[in-house]
Amino acid sequence: MSTTNNRSAYSSRNIWTGILFGLGLVGFIDEAVFHQLLHWHHFYDKSTTDIGLVSDGLFHAFSWFATIASSFLLADLHRKQAYRFKRWLAGVFLGGGAFQLYDGTIQHKLMGLHQIRYVENVYVYDIIWNFIAIVMIIIGITLIIRTRGRKQDGKPVAHESQ
Amino acid sequence: MNHSNHNEVHINLAGEAGSQILLALPFILVLILYLCAVFISNRHHKKWPVARTVYWVFGVLSAILAVAGPIANRAHIDFNAHMLGHLLLGMLAPLLMVLAAPMTLMLRTLSVTSARRLTGVLRSWPSRMFTHPLVASFLNVGGLWLLYTTNLYALMHESNMLNYLVHVHVFIAGYLFTVSMIYIDPILHRISFLFRTIVLIIALAGHGILSKYLYTQPPAGIPFEQAKQGSMMMYYGGDIIDLILIFILCLQWFRATKPRREAAMG
Repeated sequence: MSTTNNRSAYSSRNIWTGILFGLGLVGFIDEAVFHQLLHWHHFYDKSTTDIGLVSDGLFHAFSWFATIASSFLLADLHRKQAYRFKRWLAGVFLGGGAFQLYDGTIQHKLMGLHQIRYVENVYVYDIIWNFIAIVMIIIGITLIIRTRGRKQDGKPVAHESQ
Repeated sequence: MNHSNHNEVHINLAGEAGSQILLALPFILVLILYLCAVFISNRHHKKWPVARTVYWVFGVLSAILAVAGPIANRAHIDFNAHMLGHLLLGMLAPLLMVLAAPMTLMLRTLSVTSARRLTGVLRSWPSRMFTHPLVASFLNVGGLWLLYTTNLYALMHESNMLNYLVHVHVFIAGYLFTVSMIYIDPILHRISFLFRTIVLIIALAGHGILSKYLYTQPPAGIPFEQAKQGSMMMYYGGDIIDLILIFILCLQWFRATKPRREAAMG
């Protein structure tokens, strides 16, 4: 009884928790894989604008915080028995995709933060990067729509008995 | 930064040893005081948690490591060492020392009258003001911007007095910042988690932006290679310590919002 109530009451909280986690995850992958392991991204680029530096700083701090905060929010949803995996996953795709798209278009290109990789034909990387971002956003939105209003999600027994 | 004149360097080193001792002394003093307080209060109260004593010892040690000895010596010629010292003195030492709950220890060690007087001090408006997240963040991050983007950094290496003041400021501002974000000791004017979160994110961003800015625009006289290394040390080192700070803040939120069974049902 209370489980069902909580699931609908915290329906959007699941999405927000996912969005924060997605943001943090993409931020973390960006830092760990592209900066540290592959060394594709540069710490600083001569083309970096002041606004790019500010934007990068804010997003880095926010995604760093979001990674940890969203884990605690997830634990909180579990504690309230309000966790819905698909709603949460929708948020992860949406948040991750949105951040990746922002990073790939506005930060990399408009603000000249740094390039994805320092090679010729960097536009191929740009297209793939932003394409993945858009696909992630579409998956996220689709999942949100498909899980909308299903208040008894995860309780098929109740459906069948009606 | 003057190495042209040998005599001058010697004079500076003599003064340097003096100022290192002067900077380390308060930390040695508070270490002794803390240990005495644990010893005294354990006779009347239940045992003070060992973990807190350990935090205090390591916090004091990281502060001393930053202000005296090899790192402090190198800090004058090596920007990287300076940054390491800064991380120890301004971030790690304050975090560990806050976790050691010195005010709680003091309150249980002092007599009732003195403890009341201390509570009064904690409740006073200057105490409220300086432990407010906004003020503490401004002192902490604003101070760093002032230090690294003006010629204060260069002046600091020429004047022992200025050097002393900057170090004192870095530690105190770091301590106030930590106290304003995570509540370990009793704090009489609690500020909401959301507000602290927003201020913390902006402060972290201010720290990160300055780190990257220093990559290409370091204080005058810093060689390019040192600036790059120091800048990255500040950026990633800051991230690691902030991670602990964020984790504790979130954990405190998680505990504070624990639902009571009855309330959750209604």
